[in-house]
Amino acid sequence: MSDLYNNPIGHWVVVVVAITLLLFVVLTATAYTVWFERVALGRIQRRPGPNRVGPFGLMQLAADGVKLAFKESFVPASTDKVLYVIAPAIAVAAAFLAWAVIPIGLWYNVQYWIADVNVGILLVFAVSALNVYAIVIGGYASNNKYSLLGGLRSAAQLISYEMSLGLALVPTFMIVGSLRLRDIVEYTVHWGPYVGPIPLIILTPVGFIIYLISAVAETNRAPFDLPEAEQELIGGFLTEYSGLKFVMYYLAEYVNMITVSALAALLFFGGWFLWGVPPVFAFLLKIVLFLFLYIWVRGTFPRLRYDMLMRLGWKVLLPLAMLNVVVTAVILVAVS
Amino acid sequence: MADEEKKDKPSQQNVASDIGALLTGLKTTLSETFKPVVTTMYPEEKTPRSERYRGRHYLRRYDNGLERCIGCELCAAACPVGCILVIAAENTDENRVSPGERYAKTYEINMLRCIFCGYCEEACPVQAIVLGPEYEMSDTSREKFIYTKEKLLEPLPPDVQARLDATKSPHLSPPQQVEREPK
Repeated sequence: MSDLYNNPIGHWVVVVVAITLLLFVVLTATAYTVWFERVALGRIQRRPGPNRVGPFGLMQLAADGVKLAFKESFVPASTDKVLYVIAPAIAVAAAFLAWAVIPIGLWYNVQYWIADVNVGILLVFAVSALNVYAIVIGGYASNNKYSLLGGLRSAAQLISYEMSLGLALVPTFMIVGSLRLRDIVEYTVHWGPYVGPIPLIILTPVGFIIYLISAVAETNRAPFDLPEAEQELIGGFLTEYSGLKFVMYYLAEYVNMITVSALAALLFFGGWFLWGVPPVFAFLLKIVLFLFLYIWVRGTFPRLRYDMLMRLGWKVLLPLAMLNVVVTAVILVAVS
Repeated sequence: MADEEKKDKPSQQNVASDIGALLTGLKTTLSETFKPVVTTMYPEEKTPRSERYRGRHYLRRYDNGLERCIGCELCAAACPVGCILVIAAENTDENRVSPGERYAKTYEINMLRCIFCGYCEEACPVQAIVLGPEYEMSDTSREKFIYTKEKLLEPLPPDVQARLDATKSPHLSPPQQVEREPK
Protein backbone atom coordinates (compact mmCIF):
# COMPACT_ATOMS: atom_id res chain seq x y z
CA MET A 1 0.00 0.00 0.00
CA SER A 2 2.68 2.50 0.97
CA ASP A 3 4.75 1.55 -2.11
CA LEU A 4 1.83 2.36 -4.30
CA TYR A 5 1.25 5.56 -2.41
CA ASN A 6 4.85 6.76 -2.78
CA ASN A 7 4.96 6.06 -6.51
CA PRO A 8 3.86 9.34 -8.23
CA ILE A 9 1.43 7.64 -10.62
CA GLY A 10 0.24 5.19 -8.02
CA HIS A 11 -0.38 8.12 -5.70
CA TRP A 12 -2.77 9.66 -8.20
CA VAL A 13 -4.51 6.36 -8.77
CA VAL A 14 -5.06 6.01 -5.05
CA VAL A 15 -6.31 9.57 -4.74
CA VAL A 16 -8.71 9.30 -7.68
CA VAL A 17 -10.10 6.01 -6.40
CA ALA A 18 -10.46 7.53 -2.95
CA ILE A 19 -12.27 10.57 -4.36
CA THR A 20 -14.65 8.40 -6.35
CA LEU A 21 -15.34 6.25 -3.34
CA LEU A 22 -15.87 9.26 -1.11
CA LEU A 23 -18.27 10.86 -3.59
CA PHE A 24 -20.22 7.64 -3.70
CA VAL A 25 -20.30 7.33 0.07
CA VAL A 26 -21.29 10.95 0.64
CA LEU A 27 -24.01 10.79 -2.01
CA THR A 28 -25.45 7.64 -0.51
CA ALA A 29 -25.18 9.11 2.96
CA THR A 30 -27.04 12.18 1.73
CA ALA A 31 -29.85 10.07 0.33
CA TYR A 32 -30.25 8.24 3.61
CA THR A 33 -29.98 11.48 5.58
CA VAL A 34 -33.02 12.71 3.69
CA TRP A 35 -34.77 9.45 4.47
CA PHE A 36 -33.72 9.70 8.09
CA GLU A 37 -34.94 13.27 8.30
CA ARG A 38 -38.32 12.44 6.82
CA VAL A 39 -38.81 9.47 9.11
CA ALA A 40 -37.60 11.32 12.20
CA LEU A 41 -39.74 14.38 11.46
CA GLY A 42 -42.65 12.04 10.86
CA ARG A 43 -42.14 10.35 14.20
CA ILE A 44 -41.94 13.68 15.96
CA GLN A 45 -45.36 14.48 14.46
CA ARG A 46 -46.55 10.89 15.10
CA ARG A 47 -46.57 10.03 11.42
CA PRO A 48 -44.72 7.02 10.02
CA GLY A 49 -42.82 8.96 7.33
CA PRO A 50 -42.06 7.38 3.96
CA ASN A 51 -42.74 3.63 4.13
CA ARG A 52 -43.97 2.62 0.68
CA VAL A 53 -40.94 2.27 -1.58
CA GLY A 54 -38.81 -0.67 -0.53
CA PRO A 55 -38.43 -1.97 3.04
CA PHE A 56 -39.13 0.84 5.54
CA GLY A 57 -39.29 3.25 2.58
CA LEU A 58 -35.55 3.02 2.15
CA MET A 59 -35.81 3.27 -1.63
CA GLN A 60 -37.90 6.44 -1.44
CA LEU A 61 -34.94 8.61 -2.39
CA ALA A 62 -34.15 6.45 -5.42
CA ALA A 63 -37.73 6.93 -6.58
CA ASP A 64 -37.62 10.68 -5.91
CA GLY A 65 -34.28 10.94 -7.67
CA VAL A 66 -35.53 9.18 -10.78
CA LYS A 67 -38.65 11.32 -10.80
CA LEU A 68 -36.70 14.58 -10.49
CA ALA A 69 -34.03 13.51 -12.99
CA PHE A 70 -36.63 12.89 -15.66
CA LYS A 71 -38.35 16.21 -15.21
CA GLU A 72 -38.02 18.75 -17.97
CA SER A 73 -34.91 20.90 -17.59
CA PHE A 74 -36.79 24.15 -17.48
CA VAL A 75 -35.26 27.63 -17.55
CA PRO A 76 -37.81 30.42 -17.04
CA ALA A 77 -37.95 33.30 -19.50
CA SER A 78 -35.86 36.45 -18.87
CA THR A 79 -33.56 34.82 -16.37
CA ASP A 80 -29.82 35.23 -16.59
CA LYS A 81 -29.38 31.84 -18.24
CA VAL A 82 -25.66 31.32 -17.56
CA LEU A 83 -25.80 32.30 -13.89
CA TYR A 84 -29.06 30.42 -13.45
CA VAL A 85 -27.35 27.19 -14.47
CA ILE A 86 -24.03 27.87 -12.72
CA ALA A 87 -25.52 28.69 -9.31
CA PRO A 88 -26.68 25.17 -8.36
CA ALA A 89 -23.39 23.77 -9.64
CA ILE A 90 -21.52 26.08 -7.25
CA ALA A 91 -23.68 24.84 -4.41
CA VAL A 92 -22.88 21.20 -5.08
CA ALA A 93 -19.20 21.79 -5.78
CA ALA A 94 -18.75 23.81 -2.59
CA ALA A 95 -20.59 21.21 -0.55
CA PHE A 96 -18.49 18.31 -1.81
CA LEU A 97 -15.15 20.16 -1.74
CA ALA A 98 -15.26 20.37 2.03
CA TRP A 99 -15.09 16.59 2.20
CA ALA A 100 -11.62 16.65 0.65
CA VAL A 101 -10.10 17.47 4.03
CA ILE A 102 -12.52 15.91 6.47
CA PRO A 103 -10.81 12.95 8.10
CA ILE A 104 -13.19 10.05 8.44
CA GLY A 105 -10.95 7.81 10.47
CA LEU A 106 -7.59 6.25 11.13
CA TRP A 107 -7.99 2.48 11.25
CA TYR A 108 -5.09 0.00 11.30
CA ASN A 109 -2.82 2.80 10.02
CA VAL A 110 -5.00 3.40 6.95
CA GLN A 111 -6.12 6.99 6.58
CA TYR A 112 -9.72 7.25 5.54
CA TRP A 113 -9.50 10.69 4.05
CA ILE A 114 -8.21 12.35 0.91
CA ALA A 115 -6.00 15.24 1.93
CA ASP A 116 -4.34 15.92 5.25
CA VAL A 117 -4.09 19.69 4.87
CA ASN A 118 -2.37 21.61 7.64
CA VAL A 119 -5.01 24.37 7.49
CA GLY A 120 -7.83 21.86 7.02
CA ILE A 121 -10.47 23.63 9.05
CA LEU A 122 -9.80 26.96 7.33
CA LEU A 123 -10.24 25.24 3.98
CA VAL A 124 -13.58 23.82 5.09
CA PHE A 125 -14.79 27.28 6.07
CA ALA A 126 -13.45 28.91 2.93
CA VAL A 127 -15.24 26.37 0.78
CA SER A 128 -18.48 26.28 2.73
CA ALA A 129 -18.63 30.08 2.54
CA LEU A 130 -18.89 29.65 -1.24
CA ASN A 131 -22.37 28.35 -0.62
CA VAL A 132 -23.58 31.91 -0.19
CA TYR A 133 -22.59 32.63 -3.80
CA ALA A 134 -24.73 29.76 -4.98
CA ILE A 135 -27.73 31.15 -3.13
CA VAL A 136 -27.22 34.82 -3.97
CA ILE A 137 -26.44 34.15 -7.63
CA GLY A 138 -29.32 31.72 -7.91
CA GLY A 139 -31.66 34.27 -6.35
CA TYR A 140 -30.40 37.05 -8.58
CA ALA A 141 -30.43 35.02 -11.80
CA SER A 142 -33.98 33.79 -11.28
CA ASN A 143 -35.40 37.28 -11.97
CA ASN A 144 -38.05 36.81 -9.33
CA LYS A 145 -38.66 39.03 -6.34
CA TYR A 146 -39.00 36.13 -3.93
CA SER A 147 -35.80 34.54 -5.16
CA LEU A 148 -33.93 37.81 -4.86
CA LEU A 149 -35.24 38.40 -1.33
CA GLY A 150 -34.25 34.87 -0.37
CA GLY A 151 -30.79 35.38 -1.79
CA LEU A 152 -30.29 38.68 0.01
CA ARG A 153 -31.49 37.30 3.29
CA SER A 154 -29.12 34.43 2.89
CA ALA A 155 -26.20 36.74 2.22
CA ALA A 156 -26.89 38.76 5.36
CA GLN A 157 -27.46 35.66 7.42
CA LEU A 158 -24.34 33.83 6.29
CA ILE A 159 -22.11 36.85 6.84
CA SER A 160 -23.53 37.34 10.33
CA TYR A 161 -23.11 33.76 11.39
CA GLU A 162 -19.86 32.98 9.59
CA MET A 163 -18.02 35.20 12.06
CA SER A 164 -19.40 33.71 15.22
CA LEU A 165 -18.87 30.27 13.71
CA GLY A 166 -15.22 31.00 13.06
CA LEU A 167 -14.68 32.70 16.41
CA ALA A 168 -16.37 29.84 18.24
CA LEU A 169 -13.65 27.53 17.02
CA VAL A 170 -10.70 29.78 17.81
CA PRO A 171 -10.41 28.52 21.43
CA THR A 172 -10.17 24.98 20.06
CA PHE A 173 -7.26 25.98 17.86
CA MET A 174 -5.61 27.79 20.72
CA ILE A 175 -5.86 24.74 22.95
CA VAL A 176 -4.70 22.28 20.30
CA GLY A 177 -2.23 24.60 18.61
CA SER A 178 -3.02 23.40 15.11
CA LEU A 179 -5.56 23.91 12.35
CA ARG A 180 -5.06 20.41 11.02
CA LEU A 181 -8.23 18.41 11.65
CA ARG A 182 -6.24 15.29 12.40
CA ASP A 183 -4.27 17.08 15.12
CA ILE A 184 -7.47 18.36 16.67
CA VAL A 185 -8.94 14.87 16.75
CA GLU A 186 -5.76 13.34 18.12
CA TYR A 187 -5.31 15.95 20.81
CA THR A 188 -4.24 14.06 23.88
CA VAL A 189 -4.21 15.15 27.48
CA HIS A 190 -2.05 14.03 30.37
CA TRP A 191 -4.36 14.38 33.31
CA GLY A 192 -2.78 12.50 36.14
CA PRO A 193 -3.19 8.79 35.40
CA TYR A 194 -5.23 9.39 32.25
CA VAL A 195 -3.34 9.83 28.98
CA GLY A 196 -5.36 9.87 25.80
CA PRO A 197 -7.84 11.67 23.61
CA ILE A 198 -10.68 13.62 25.20
CA PRO A 199 -13.72 15.26 23.68
CA LEU A 200 -12.74 18.91 23.42
CA ILE A 201 -16.24 19.97 24.45
CA ILE A 202 -15.03 19.57 28.02
CA LEU A 203 -12.54 22.39 27.44
CA THR A 204 -14.69 24.70 25.28
CA PRO A 205 -18.35 24.13 26.11
CA VAL A 206 -19.36 27.69 25.20
CA GLY A 207 -17.59 27.39 21.87
CA PHE A 208 -19.53 24.22 21.18
CA ILE A 209 -22.89 25.86 21.85
CA ILE A 210 -22.05 28.83 19.65
CA TYR A 211 -20.84 26.47 16.95
CA LEU A 212 -24.03 24.43 17.16
CA ILE A 213 -26.30 27.46 16.78
CA SER A 214 -24.19 29.10 14.08
CA ALA A 215 -23.91 25.88 12.11
CA VAL A 216 -27.70 25.57 11.87
CA ALA A 217 -27.81 29.14 10.55
CA GLU A 218 -24.90 28.43 8.24
CA THR A 219 -26.65 25.49 6.60
CA ASN A 220 -29.91 27.46 6.25
CA ARG A 221 -31.88 24.94 8.20
CA ALA A 222 -34.87 25.45 10.43
CA PRO A 223 -35.22 27.47 12.66
CA PHE A 224 -32.84 29.65 10.61
CA ASP A 225 -34.20 28.73 7.18
CA LEU A 226 -35.08 32.30 6.25
CA PRO A 227 -33.66 32.11 2.71
CA GLU A 228 -36.21 29.42 1.88
CA ALA A 229 -39.04 30.41 4.21
CA GLU A 230 -41.82 28.65 2.32
CA GLN A 231 -44.63 30.50 4.05
CA GLU A 232 -43.42 34.02 3.31
CA LEU A 233 -41.06 33.70 0.34
CA ILE A 234 -42.65 30.80 -1.60
CA GLY A 235 -39.31 28.99 -1.73
CA GLY A 236 -36.83 31.86 -1.62
CA PHE A 237 -33.96 31.27 -4.00
CA LEU A 238 -35.41 27.85 -4.84
CA THR A 239 -38.64 29.25 -6.27
CA GLU A 240 -37.65 29.07 -9.93
CA TYR A 241 -35.64 25.88 -9.73
CA SER A 242 -36.98 22.46 -10.66
CA GLY A 243 -35.73 19.09 -11.82
CA LEU A 244 -32.02 18.39 -11.59
CA LYS A 245 -31.08 21.95 -10.66
CA PHE A 246 -33.38 21.74 -7.68
CA VAL A 247 -31.82 18.39 -6.81
CA MET A 248 -28.41 20.02 -6.79
CA TYR A 249 -29.46 22.65 -4.25
CA TYR A 250 -31.20 20.03 -2.21
CA LEU A 251 -28.16 17.78 -2.31
CA ALA A 252 -25.90 20.65 -1.34
CA GLU A 253 -28.07 21.47 1.66
CA TYR A 254 -27.90 17.93 2.97
CA VAL A 255 -24.21 17.50 2.25
CA ASN A 256 -23.61 20.71 4.19
CA MET A 257 -25.71 19.35 7.01
CA ILE A 258 -23.57 16.21 7.14
CA THR A 259 -20.43 18.35 6.91
CA VAL A 260 -21.28 20.51 9.91
CA SER A 261 -22.29 17.38 11.84
CA ALA A 262 -18.97 15.79 10.95
CA LEU A 263 -17.11 18.94 12.00
CA ALA A 264 -18.94 19.04 15.29
CA ALA A 265 -17.91 15.45 15.90
CA LEU A 266 -14.32 16.14 14.86
CA LEU A 267 -13.81 19.39 16.70
CA PHE A 268 -15.67 18.76 19.92
CA PHE A 269 -16.25 15.04 20.33
CA GLY A 270 -12.95 13.42 19.44
CA GLY A 271 -13.81 12.44 15.85
CA TRP A 272 -13.26 8.73 15.35
CA PHE A 273 -12.27 7.97 18.94
CA LEU A 274 -14.83 6.17 20.98
CA TRP A 275 -13.92 3.53 23.49
CA GLY A 276 -14.64 0.06 22.19
CA VAL A 277 -16.05 1.15 18.84
CA PRO A 278 -14.08 0.81 15.56
CA PRO A 279 -12.93 4.28 14.39
CA VAL A 280 -15.01 4.74 11.22
CA PHE A 281 -18.15 3.49 12.89
CA ALA A 282 -17.59 5.70 15.89
CA PHE A 283 -17.36 8.69 13.59
CA LEU A 284 -20.49 7.59 11.75
CA LEU A 285 -22.34 7.18 15.03
CA LYS A 286 -21.43 10.70 16.14
CA ILE A 287 -22.49 12.16 12.79
CA VAL A 288 -25.85 10.38 12.99
CA LEU A 289 -26.40 11.71 16.50
CA PHE A 290 -25.70 15.26 15.35
CA LEU A 291 -27.94 14.81 12.32
CA PHE A 292 -30.69 13.70 14.65
CA LEU A 293 -30.07 16.77 16.79
CA TYR A 294 -30.52 19.02 13.74
CA ILE A 295 -33.69 17.22 12.69
CA TRP A 296 -34.97 17.31 16.24
CA VAL A 297 -34.37 21.07 16.40
CA ARG A 298 -36.11 21.48 13.06
CA GLY A 299 -39.08 19.53 14.31
CA THR A 300 -39.30 21.62 17.48
CA PHE A 301 -38.62 25.30 16.91
CA PRO A 302 -40.51 27.79 14.74
CA ARG A 303 -38.56 29.99 12.35
CA LEU A 304 -36.96 33.12 13.80
CA ARG A 305 -38.15 36.52 12.68
CA TYR A 306 -35.55 38.33 10.60
CA ASP A 307 -34.67 40.97 13.20
CA MET A 308 -34.42 38.27 15.87
CA LEU A 309 -32.00 36.39 13.66
CA MET A 310 -29.81 39.44 13.25
CA ARG A 311 -30.00 40.29 16.93
CA LEU A 312 -29.05 36.79 17.96
CA GLY A 313 -26.14 36.81 15.55
CA TRP A 314 -24.67 40.22 16.25
CA LYS A 315 -25.68 40.98 19.81
CA VAL A 316 -25.49 37.57 21.42
CA LEU A 317 -23.37 35.05 19.58
CA LEU A 318 -20.64 37.33 18.27
CA PRO A 319 -19.80 39.12 21.57
CA LEU A 320 -20.04 35.83 23.38
CA ALA A 321 -17.67 34.16 20.92
CA MET A 322 -15.18 37.04 21.33
CA LEU A 323 -15.44 36.83 25.08
CA ASN A 324 -14.89 33.11 24.85
CA VAL A 325 -11.68 33.67 22.87
CA VAL A 326 -10.37 36.21 25.38
CA VAL A 327 -11.25 34.10 28.42
CA THR A 328 -9.69 31.00 26.89
CA ALA A 329 -6.54 32.95 26.03
CA VAL A 330 -6.25 34.25 29.58
CA ILE A 331 -6.76 30.77 31.05
CA LEU A 332 -4.25 29.23 28.65
CA VAL A 333 -1.62 31.81 29.58
CA ALA A 334 -2.35 31.35 33.27
CA VAL A 335 -2.05 27.56 33.02
CA SER A 336 1.21 27.67 31.07
CA MET B 1 -23.96 28.18 29.94
CA ALA B 2 -26.67 30.50 31.21
CA ASP B 3 -24.79 33.51 29.88
CA GLU B 4 -24.83 32.22 26.31
CA GLU B 5 -28.07 33.97 25.32
CA LYS B 6 -27.82 37.47 26.65
CA LYS B 7 -30.67 39.67 25.55
CA ASP B 8 -30.68 43.45 25.07
CA LYS B 9 -31.34 43.93 28.76
CA PRO B 10 -29.83 40.88 30.31
CA SER B 11 -31.81 39.60 33.20
CA GLN B 12 -30.69 36.31 34.64
CA GLN B 13 -34.19 35.12 35.29
CA ASN B 14 -35.41 35.80 31.74
CA VAL B 15 -32.47 34.09 30.11
CA ALA B 16 -32.84 31.05 32.31
CA SER B 17 -36.58 30.77 31.68
CA ASP B 18 -36.06 31.27 27.94
CA ILE B 19 -33.57 28.44 27.77
CA GLY B 20 -35.89 26.38 29.93
CA ALA B 21 -38.66 27.00 27.40
CA LEU B 22 -36.44 25.81 24.57
CA LEU B 23 -35.57 22.66 26.48
CA THR B 24 -39.23 22.04 27.29
CA GLY B 25 -39.96 22.19 23.58
CA LEU B 26 -37.22 19.73 22.80
CA LYS B 27 -38.43 17.41 25.53
CA THR B 28 -41.98 17.51 24.19
CA THR B 29 -40.99 16.61 20.65
CA LEU B 30 -38.66 13.88 21.82
CA SER B 31 -41.33 12.26 23.94
CA GLU B 32 -43.77 12.44 21.01
CA THR B 33 -41.20 10.62 18.88
CA PHE B 34 -41.54 7.43 20.88
CA LYS B 35 -45.31 7.35 20.99
CA PRO B 36 -47.08 5.10 18.49
CA VAL B 37 -47.96 6.64 15.14
CA VAL B 38 -51.59 7.54 14.57
CA THR B 39 -51.66 7.18 10.80
CA THR B 40 -54.12 4.74 9.26
CA MET B 41 -52.24 2.85 6.54
CA TYR B 42 -55.05 3.39 4.09
CA PRO B 43 -55.06 0.77 1.37
CA GLU B 44 -54.19 -1.97 3.85
CA GLU B 45 -56.15 -0.60 6.76
CA LYS B 46 -59.50 1.14 6.50
CA THR B 47 -61.38 3.21 8.99
CA PRO B 48 -64.86 1.89 9.81
CA ARG B 49 -67.77 3.46 7.95
CA SER B 50 -71.18 4.31 9.24
CA GLU B 51 -73.90 1.72 8.68
CA ARG B 52 -75.82 4.33 6.74
CA TYR B 53 -72.88 5.15 4.49
CA ARG B 54 -74.00 5.83 0.91
CA GLY B 55 -71.54 4.45 -1.62
CA ARG B 56 -71.77 2.52 -4.87
CA HIS B 57 -75.26 1.47 -6.01
CA TYR B 58 -76.57 -2.07 -6.32
CA LEU B 59 -79.62 -3.46 -8.07
CA ARG B 60 -81.07 -6.17 -5.90
CA ARG B 61 -82.83 -9.45 -6.68
CA TYR B 62 -85.42 -11.57 -4.92
CA ASP B 63 -84.27 -14.82 -3.38
CA ASN B 64 -85.56 -16.78 -6.35
CA GLY B 65 -83.28 -14.78 -8.66
CA LEU B 66 -85.90 -12.44 -10.15
CA GLU B 67 -84.92 -8.79 -10.35
CA ARG B 68 -86.67 -6.43 -8.02
CA CYS B 69 -86.66 -3.50 -10.42
CA ILE B 70 -90.00 -3.01 -12.15
CA GLY B 71 -88.84 -0.23 -14.46
CA CYS B 72 -91.06 2.46 -12.92
CA GLU B 73 -88.39 5.18 -13.36
CA LEU B 74 -89.21 6.77 -9.99
CA CYS B 75 -85.50 6.73 -9.15
CA ALA B 76 -84.69 8.64 -12.32
CA ALA B 77 -87.40 11.14 -11.45
CA ALA B 78 -86.14 11.56 -7.90
CA CYS B 79 -82.51 11.98 -8.91
CA PRO B 80 -81.53 15.65 -8.42
CA VAL B 81 -78.69 15.51 -10.96
CA GLY B 82 -80.38 13.25 -13.49
CA CYS B 83 -77.69 10.64 -13.60
CA ILE B 84 -80.01 7.61 -13.82
CA LEU B 85 -81.28 6.29 -17.13
CA VAL B 86 -84.02 3.62 -17.06
CA ILE B 87 -85.57 2.12 -20.19
CA ALA B 88 -88.34 -0.29 -19.31
CA ALA B 89 -89.68 -3.25 -21.26
CA GLU B 90 -92.70 -5.54 -20.79
CA ASN B 91 -92.33 -8.87 -19.04
CA THR B 92 -93.69 -11.84 -20.97
CA ASP B 93 -94.37 -15.39 -19.85
CA GLU B 94 -91.43 -16.69 -21.86
CA ASN B 95 -89.09 -14.00 -20.68
CA ARG B 96 -89.89 -13.11 -17.09
CA VAL B 97 -87.28 -10.92 -15.54
CA SER B 98 -89.09 -9.26 -12.65
CA PRO B 99 -92.31 -10.10 -10.80
CA GLY B 100 -94.14 -6.98 -12.00
CA GLU B 101 -95.54 -6.06 -15.41
CA ARG B 102 -92.38 -4.42 -16.61
CA TYR B 103 -88.64 -4.63 -15.96
CA ALA B 104 -85.67 -2.37 -16.64
CA LYS B 105 -84.23 -3.28 -20.02
CA THR B 106 -81.52 -0.67 -19.58
CA TYR B 107 -80.43 0.69 -16.24
CA GLU B 108 -77.45 3.05 -16.23
CA ILE B 109 -76.00 5.33 -13.58
CA ASN B 110 -73.44 7.97 -14.43
CA MET B 111 -71.16 7.79 -11.41
CA LEU B 112 -69.36 10.99 -12.36
CA ARG B 113 -72.58 12.91 -11.91
CA CYS B 114 -74.02 11.01 -8.98
CA ILE B 115 -73.86 12.94 -5.72
CA PHE B 116 -74.69 9.89 -3.58
CA CYS B 117 -77.70 11.57 -1.99
CA GLY B 118 -79.64 8.30 -1.77
CA TYR B 119 -82.91 9.77 -3.10
CA CYS B 120 -83.15 6.91 -5.62
CA GLU B 121 -83.10 4.45 -2.76
CA GLU B 122 -85.85 6.37 -0.96
CA ALA B 123 -87.97 6.71 -4.10
CA CYS B 124 -87.83 3.04 -5.07
CA PRO B 125 -91.15 1.29 -4.22
CA VAL B 126 -89.63 -2.21 -4.30
CA GLN B 127 -86.22 -1.53 -2.68
CA ALA B 128 -84.53 -2.53 -5.93
CA ILE B 129 -81.83 0.11 -5.89
CA VAL B 130 -79.70 0.49 -2.78
CA LEU B 131 -76.49 2.30 -2.00
CA GLY B 132 -73.79 -0.04 -0.75
CA PRO B 133 -70.69 0.63 1.36
CA GLU B 134 -68.04 0.68 -1.41
CA TYR B 135 -66.36 4.00 -2.08
CA GLU B 136 -63.25 3.03 -4.05
CA MET B 137 -64.51 3.56 -7.57
CA SER B 138 -61.60 5.24 -9.31
CA ASP B 139 -61.11 4.25 -12.92
CA THR B 140 -59.11 5.14 -15.98
CA SER B 141 -61.66 6.63 -18.39
CA ARG B 142 -64.90 8.57 -18.31
CA GLU B 143 -66.76 5.78 -20.15
CA LYS B 144 -66.01 3.35 -17.36
CA PHE B 145 -67.97 5.51 -14.94
CA ILE B 146 -71.23 4.80 -16.76
CA TYR B 147 -72.29 1.86 -14.65
CA THR B 148 -74.46 -0.45 -16.73
CA LYS B 149 -77.05 -2.89 -15.50
CA GLU B 150 -74.61 -5.83 -15.61
CA LYS B 151 -72.31 -3.96 -13.32
CA LEU B 152 -74.99 -2.79 -10.91
CA LEU B 153 -76.98 -6.00 -10.67
CA GLU B 154 -76.34 -8.34 -7.77
CA PRO B 155 -75.13 -11.79 -8.79
CA LEU B 156 -77.73 -14.57 -8.77
CA PRO B 157 -78.24 -16.26 -5.41
CA PRO B 158 -75.93 -19.29 -5.21
CA ASP B 159 -78.74 -21.85 -5.16
CA VAL B 160 -80.37 -20.41 -8.31
CA GLN B 161 -77.03 -20.21 -10.03
CA ALA B 162 -76.29 -23.85 -9.11
CA ARG B 163 -79.69 -24.93 -10.50
CA LEU B 164 -78.99 -23.08 -13.74
CA ASP B 165 -75.54 -24.58 -14.10
CA ALA B 166 -76.97 -28.06 -13.53
CA THR B 167 -79.77 -27.88 -16.11
CA LYS B 168 -78.23 -25.85 -18.94
CA SER B 169 -81.63 -25.95 -20.63
CA PRO B 170 -82.61 -22.59 -22.11
CA HIS B 171 -86.33 -22.54 -21.22
CA LEU B 172 -86.64 -24.32 -17.94
CA SER B 173 -86.29 -21.55 -15.44
CA PRO B 174 -87.27 -17.93 -15.83
CA PRO B 175 -84.25 -16.23 -14.27
CA GLN B 176 -82.03 -17.71 -16.92
CA GLN B 177 -83.06 -15.12 -19.44
CA VAL B 178 -82.37 -12.34 -17.05
CA GLU B 179 -79.11 -11.26 -18.56
CA ARG B 180 -80.36 -10.95 -22.11
CA GLU B 181 -80.03 -7.33 -22.77
CA PRO B 182 -79.38 -5.64 -26.10
CA LYS B 183 -76.60 -3.11 -26.13
